Amino acid sequence: MSTLPAHDLKDRRSPDFPSAALPLLQDVQLRSNVRHATGVIQGKRARVVGEMPDWQALRDAGQRIRAHTLEYLDFYLEQFEQRCSAAGGHVHWARDGAEANRIVLALAQNSTRRVIEIKSMTTEETGLNRALEAAGISPVETDLAELIVQLGHDKPSHIVVPALHKNRQQVRELFARTMNLPDLGERPEDLAEAARLHLRRQFLSTPVAISGANFLIAETGGVCIVESEGNGRMCLTLPRRLISVAGIDKIIPRFQDLEVMLQVLPRSATGERMNPYNSVWTGVHSGDGPEEFHVVLLDNRRTEVLRDAEARETLHCIRCGACQNACPVYRQTGGHAYGSVYAGPIGAILTPQLAMMESGQSLPYASSLCGACYEVCPVKINIPEILIHLRGRVVTGRPNALRAFHPEAVVMRAMQWIFSNSTRFSVAQRAGRIAQRPWIRRSGWIEHLPSVLGGWTRTRDLRPLPPQSFREWFQARNHASTSSPKSSEAPHD
Amino acid sequence: MRVLERLGHTIDFPYAQTCCGQMHYNTGYQPEALPLVRRFIELFRDSEVVCVPSSSCVTMMREHYEKIALASGDKTLQSEVATLLPRVYEFTELLVHRLGVEEVGAVYPHRVTYHSSCHSLRNLHLGDIPIRLLRNVREIELIPMEAADLCCGFGGTFSIKNPDVSGAMLEEKLQYIQKTQAEVCTACDNSCLMHIGGAMHRQRGNMHTEHIATILASDTVSRIPSNGTR
Amino acid sequence: MTDATLHGPLSARSEILARIRSANREVFGADRDLTPDESWRTIPRAYRHNSPLTDAGRIQLITERLIEYGAGVYPCRSAQVADNVAEILRSRRKQNILVSSDVDPNWLPHEGPTYVYDHALSYSEIEACDGVLTGCTVAIATTGTLALCHTSAGSRRALSLLPDYHLCVVDAATIVETVPEGFHALEPHRLQPITLISGPSATADIEMTRIQGVHGPRVLDCVIVV
Repeated sequence: MSTLPAHDLKDRRSPDFPSAALPLLQDVQLRSNVRHATGVIQGKRARVVGEMPDWQALRDAGQRIRAHTLEYLDFYLEQFEQRCSAAGGHVHWARDGAEANRIVLALAQNSTRRVIEIKSMTTEETGLNRALEAAGISPVETDLAELIVQLGHDKPSHIVVPALHKNRQQVRELFARTMNLPDLGERPEDLAEAARLHLRRQFLSTPVAISGANFLIAETGGVCIVESEGNGRMCLTLPRRLISVAGIDKIIPRFQDLEVMLQVLPRSATGERMNPYNSVWTGVHSGDGPEEFHVVLLDNRRTEVLRDAEARETLHCIRCGACQNACPVYRQTGGHAYGSVYAGPIGAILTPQLAMMESGQSLPYASSLCGACYEVCPVKINIPEILIHLRGRVVTGRPNALRAFHPEAVVMRAMQWIFSNSTRFSVAQRAGRIAQRPWIRRSGWIEHLPSVLGGWTRTRDLRPLPPQSFREWFQARNHASTSSPKSSEAPHD
Repeated sequence: MRVLERLGHTIDFPYAQTCCGQMHYNTGYQPEALPLVRRFIELFRDSEVVCVPSSSCVTMMREHYEKIALASGDKTLQSEVATLLPRVYEFTELLVHRLGVEEVGAVYPHRVTYHSSCHSLRNLHLGDIPIRLLRNVREIELIPMEAADLCCGFGGTFSIKNPDVSGAMLEEKLQYIQKTQAEVCTACDNSCLMHIGGAMHRQRGNMHTEHIATILASDTVSRIPSNGTR
Repeated sequence: MTDATLHGPLSARSEILARIRSANREVFGADRDLTPDESWRTIPRAYRHNSPLTDAGRIQLITERLIEYGAGVYPCRSAQVADNVAEILRSRRKQNILVSSDVDPNWLPHEGPTYVYDHALSYSEIEACDGVLTGCTVAIATTGTLALCHTSAGSRRALSLLPDYHLCVVDAATIVETVPEGFHALEPHRLQPITLISGPSATADIEMTRIQGVHGPRVLDCVIVV
């Protein structure tokens, strides 16, 4: 059962961010749940980060490790391939999601009708589950939240906590029905136990597992998986064949570099000093774990992101989700408004780039540029700067005819023309003062504006331009012999 | 202005000034900001110190003017930007960091709460400078705001392009502001205050907004009425 | 697929590597000044590496962390380990214990539990045990982490994964404070499978309530040999 959101920005006919956000904003319960969930994790993050006197040094190291890796990416990928192969692993390369899915299918198809999976954003990105189902193979989700969503034939309501929309009674009812446990208790412990037993049967009897990867280690050819529940360890150890799908941006140079990543990732992602389980393995270990191991290295436009000098640090991302939890926009809308596997601030910059800026063009504008994301990013991705840069690409990327006559572009050019000359500016101010008169209500404020400016007055009043601008006041004062300064606000914001 | 003159400084206001270019630059019209950068340099290059009562404008200058000058290929512009920028200060920064004063002779007998605008907090790193200035205002009652660093939702053109999300963010911010039961909400940026104040006025409550300069300007000689009338 | 197809000029591999090289050339210019190794060495590492704590301080810190996770912690001297193990297993009512090959035979009480060693056990045989007893290669105090390095000769990963109870004996001499110190100690083992355990498994997916132990051992006890 695929977990991609219904609203998919890769489809150009899909609604843009403001339209997708509106119904979500009206869901008061979901908004409150999102606020609560992100608030809890943010509080925990603040505590465990506050304990670290060397947090900024870790961020600096994290940023430089990632930047360095991308600069030598070809070298490190080749090294990883060589070392992993020498250890008995098979390394495959996929130009795009469809190719990755074909490779995985070929590895799974004749061996099994069922695969067990650890949640991976990369396989969601490629739509792997849909491809498996189309080929008659059932993917079994083993993360508890994903399991709940899958058994309920449901859709995840939230990227951080996908089963946020289900309370324990609903989960109990679901498990009792699908696992045939009529006497199942209602406490969270009972539900966890039911999931444990149900999934254990799957872990022990399914020959093929599919995972993502948190880090690929070039120096050793190893892979690192970071998790909390233990389903990762199960999938990585018990089946005969393991397939890990990883973006080419997952690679780090050396084993030692984990000492930085495993400090910043858990603290940023779940607000823990360390997550419960981290697994590292290299190729095939005879007598311990899968007999066959495959890695699929995925490009899917990451090499395009590399080309943009100002935006390539988007690929530094280690998928911690801290930016989502800090974002005041995400706080109001949740993840679905972004129409992509990657949501929140990182989604706003990654999604349009992976789509070659052909879709997702509303996403770089889905931000007030408050900077909270940059503050919490463990590898110091300057998301606000990249958002501004991508806005520039959206504007210059418009087809020529549209570029000249796009209403927004016309207004922008007009304003620039006015701002370039002080006479024009004064005239414009005076004209504005006259034009606004019919809109000023008895309260002295403007309460309604037409058309696109009406966006403002939907929720706010607007203080009108003062009868005397600051420059007029200053001019008058300077030319008067006595002065009794009237106060007024500075004209520019 | 009143504050600075009270402290004994001479103010000049170049009439020809218009805009720092942030609106264009941040909306993706980066080339259109270049003429505005040139204009700013031209008007202010001979100033001893430039005072800007807006942290978002100063952010624009500090974070983007050098980049814009570099992209223009104009070496003269690049050096002029480099020479002028160190002399540009946000208003509260100017008072505390450059002039070394935290007490400006202000009197403002009202309940006031302070909103940390995003640019002042995360870009200019003003820290508690504005609070320190406010604390020294006589007769003021300063009330801390919960989630003072939560974005108000203005974000420039964001408020026009995403009015519903902007409104939702404002709604939450207002809850925190109103919880303080202050009479006045203040900040270093008129953009936030216009946004917050607009909603306050719509709700017809008892609160209104004032720029921090207005509060610091208030003194026994000419008290500024704090009922929002102009 | 033959090697030629996999590595040939039209292969995905060649195309991806070519794209990377051309992207980096565009951004950085033709030649890189430094080798990967030289460049890697310029990465600033001003974060904490060493520990100012004493041995006793480290033991205290890891004890605190493990207790926070809900693990049982039992410090004792080397001569007392076997007795302690016996007592712990008795109180936990664990009879049939899987023993990993990194366990010192002196730690095993002569009477009480039955010991099972991994001679190509099946998964059901592993599951039939009440619990597993392992050693630990290095322990990291600041994060409460036990690092197990596995070998297929008697300490494979499934042994510490399938049973519901895990008793880990930690030599205090292997306890370090910081994560970098931990990775330094793990460096010789970097090609082995490694499992870092920092508390029993957990999830907060049901009504945001943290539940411990979904998969993997739900109960963890530690004997710290001082």
